Amino acid sequence: MFRADVLDADDLRRAHTRIAHEIVERNHGAQHLVLIGLYTRGIAVARRLAAAIESFEGVAVPVGALDVAFYRDDIALRSVQPLGPTEVPVDVTGRTVILVDDVLFTGRTVRAALDALTELGRPTTVQLAVLVDRGHRELPIRADFVGKNLPTKRAEDVRVHLAETDGGTDGIELWGPGHGSGADGDPGDGAGAVER
Amino acid sequence: MRHLLSIDDLGRAGIDEVCELAESFLQVTQREIPKVPALRGKTVASVFYEDSTRTRLSFETAAKRLSADTMTFSVSTSSVKKGESLRDTVQTIEAMGVDALVVRHPSAGAPNRVATWVDAAVVNAGDGRHEHPTQALLDVFTIRRHRGRDLEDARVAIVGDVRRSRVARSGTKALAALGARVTLVGPPTMLPENLDGWPATAVCDLDAVLGDLDVIYLLRIQHERRDATHFPSLREYTTRYGLTVERAARLAPDTLVMHPGPLNRGVEIAPEVAEGPASVITEQVANGVAIRMAVLYSILGSGTLGTGAVVV
Repeated sequence: MFRADVLDADDLRRAHTRIAHEIVERNHGAQHLVLIGLYTRGIAVARRLAAAIESFEGVAVPVGALDVAFYRDDIALRSVQPLGPTEVPVDVTGRTVILVDDVLFTGRTVRAALDALTELGRPTTVQLAVLVDRGHRELPIRADFVGKNLPTKRAEDVRVHLAETDGGTDGIELWGPGHGSGADGDPGDGAGAVER
Repeated sequence: MRHLLSIDDLGRAGIDEVCELAESFLQVTQREIPKVPALRGKTVASVFYEDSTRTRLSFETAAKRLSADTMTFSVSTSSVKKGESLRDTVQTIEAMGVDALVVRHPSAGAPNRVATWVDAAVVNAGDGRHEHPTQALLDVFTIRRHRGRDLEDARVAIVGDVRRSRVARSGTKALAALGARVTLVGPPTMLPENLDGWPATAVCDLDAVLGDLDVIYLLRIQHERRDATHFPSLREYTTRYGLTVERAARLAPDTLVMHPGPLNRGVEIAPEVAEGPASVITEQVANGVAIRMAVLYSILGSGTLGTGAVVV
């Protein structure tokens, strides 16, 4: 097994701040936004983004939580259990929804989230913000806002630690089989550097 | 979970799991679009050899809210009248491409037999005097939503024709599995002849236990069945065992009043009590849909692959 630190607490703080600015810039303000986090860590990330936006823009963006369990396409393949209640405090119809998750991988969770979102209303626009894009998409889905693009092997594991959900300090690590080097694109390189 | 034939199939952990799942589904049923695609492409058939509008509708609503297709087989309009056997009937229905059969039958054990004849999953929706596991689950779920998850030492009285009641049998097992203390109440002709298989105590005097209950659960007196009351008269039953306004006033203020329906107003329960603040009877109905969604999802959804075949 090897383990590499990808982003530390400071990197994550900067990534959240930058994504928050990009969201407001892209949408020409924060008036019609709603941030909807996907269980479990996406909700914590969405709350952090909302706090950042409020600090520099002075607008309290509503934050929701979305459970996509019953919308997944792999229900028959593995045990899929609900993670928590779907709670979106505002009507999404006519708003710009920012879906928020910690890691973007195959894209299947996001596909399920788009289905789940459709049943809550008809947003004007849906955008996607993630802390890490680790590649290996199986569907034509891309993120609009990315904390870090992280080249990975399929068998590797991206582990996100957030104080709200995991305790301790923030950080993102890459775990994989084998020795410390040899992953395509050494994850230690350029940690904290922002790629788009 | 392959089938749900008896509360014994679940045990405490299984009851917990279904109740937690039901909490999520209850939330789904309260949305503007109360539907999720979890069981898209699955087919659930109700096979009812006994009349039951509410249980059948509850299962069908649950299946539809999971996006499963439903079909209904009721004996009054079927080829059973032409003499078809239960085995031929369920195998014919299965051959149409059914993933789960929801079976109600007047004979105890019929759903267990069906489960040996078909590859589809089987859910017992009430078999004779034997079991009615989804009713027990929705009752436990309802009590938990009011009293919290821990039912250890909760005091529950089940009142009525306990001996002939599958609701009482499944309910007693489920409540006892969660640590509740169940007291069966009724005249000797309506109590079990012995308490083998009944993890409960039994008394004949309702008034003796009335003031000391967390839940009073009234069973329906099936007076439409000839001599089914096993009691001299309905009026005498009401006098001794009915939850009248006077008796309800002697309940503790937070005692829940429950009934599986349909109600015989003025027999086992006074209309004022059924509609009173302690009554959770309509909640039981709403919770029943969520519980049946949880059961169908456990059997047909999570971790299963293909038609009724369980991989995990």
